[in-house]
Amino acid sequence: MLGLGADRLRADMNRLLAFLFHQGILDEQFLQLQQLQDESSPNFVSEVVNIYFHESEKLLRNLRSLLMDREFSDYKKMRIHLNQLMGSSSSIGAKRVRNVCVAFRAASEQNNRAGCLRALEVLEHEYCFLKNKLHELFQIEQQRVLAAGVRYPMQN
Amino acid sequence: MGITAESQFHVLAVDDSIIDRKLIERLLKTSSYQVTTVDSGSKALEFLGLHEGDTNDPNTPSVSSNNHQEVEVNLVITDYCMPGMTGYDLLKKIKESSSLKTIPVVIMSSENVPSRISRCLEEGAEEFFLKPVRLSDLNKLRPHMLKTKFKDQNKKQEKQEEKADFESPKRQEKEEEQQHQEQLLQQQSSNNKRKAVEEGLSPERSRPRYSGITTVV
Repeated sequence: MLGLGADRLRADMNRLLAFLFHQGILDEQFLQLQQLQDESSPNFVSEVVNIYFHESEKLLRNLRSLLMDREFSDYKKMRIHLNQLMGSSSSIGAKRVRNVCVAFRAASEQNNRAGCLRALEVLEHEYCFLKNKLHELFQIEQQRVLAAGVRYPMQN
Repeated sequence: MGITAESQFHVLAVDDSIIDRKLIERLLKTSSYQVTTVDSGSKALEFLGLHEGDTNDPNTPSVSSNNHQEVEVNLVITDYCMPGMTGYDLLKKIKESSSLKTIPVVIMSSENVPSRISRCLEEGAEEFFLKPVRLSDLNKLRPHMLKTKFKDQNKKQEKQEEKADFESPKRQEKEEEQQHQEQLLQQQSSNNKRKAVEEGLSPERSRPRYSGITTVV
């Protein structure tokens, strides 16, 4: 029966979402994104999230190359990248990534290079984790849609 | 919830972040507004028909191209922190322009800085939203757009009536009714802003006044 598969997958999706919320990886802003998805914009969440991945990886690369430069001193420039990453993370509900950015920014305000490097490593780790989980989420959603045989928007 | 095009409001959204632009566009479209997004203050001014270097000095003779907007914009919503021209700079330029100053402006910011908020409100911003912006925040926009549109309609109607060759008693009645309605609207919005939003939402759908609106469920 098609229905059963779809229901099980929906349960999987909800469980994953619950886990992500519980761990503070995502916050209610992600729910807001889901609510904005409907028949007129059926792929809204994945579109936004994919833009986020693309932008974030660019910013993370910039941050790393800045900090790896032996003669690095431009903390202000670093904060510009950081603020962008912080803003976009907040906009999609990536709570933990955003929080690491806050700590990173604090280190940059103290011109603490070692602290910044440590923060960047945590940031890269958190970002990787988030990306994997969101990919998992989208995969389950895709399977659920196939199993249901009908195109449903992702619902809470 | 759909509204016919003739009474749809057009919002210009300004943000340098591509994600936030996509978000605000979706939020605004979900709220049934027409949306244009630009990524900088200077592009916003360009879209509004104001060009860099144009003088706003009232002593110089006004050039007609300044006042001609390509498309009517009913509200500008802008991010505060942008490279080059900030949202605050954009707000100032709009409020200093004789052709644009009646356009309501809303500022968005990810930082909750009270001095920043009060500075923007003092400069004439109608609202200040903290990011991430929610659908519920956008409910506060309609009263500001209605207020301006109503004033514009009044001005247009007065101009048309001036053209009429004869005076009729009906016309006087109409004017009085319009003034009364305008007063009501102004009163509503000068009272508690939140209350005005709540009052403005439900009567709008049932009032036959705005005959162009059809709500589609």
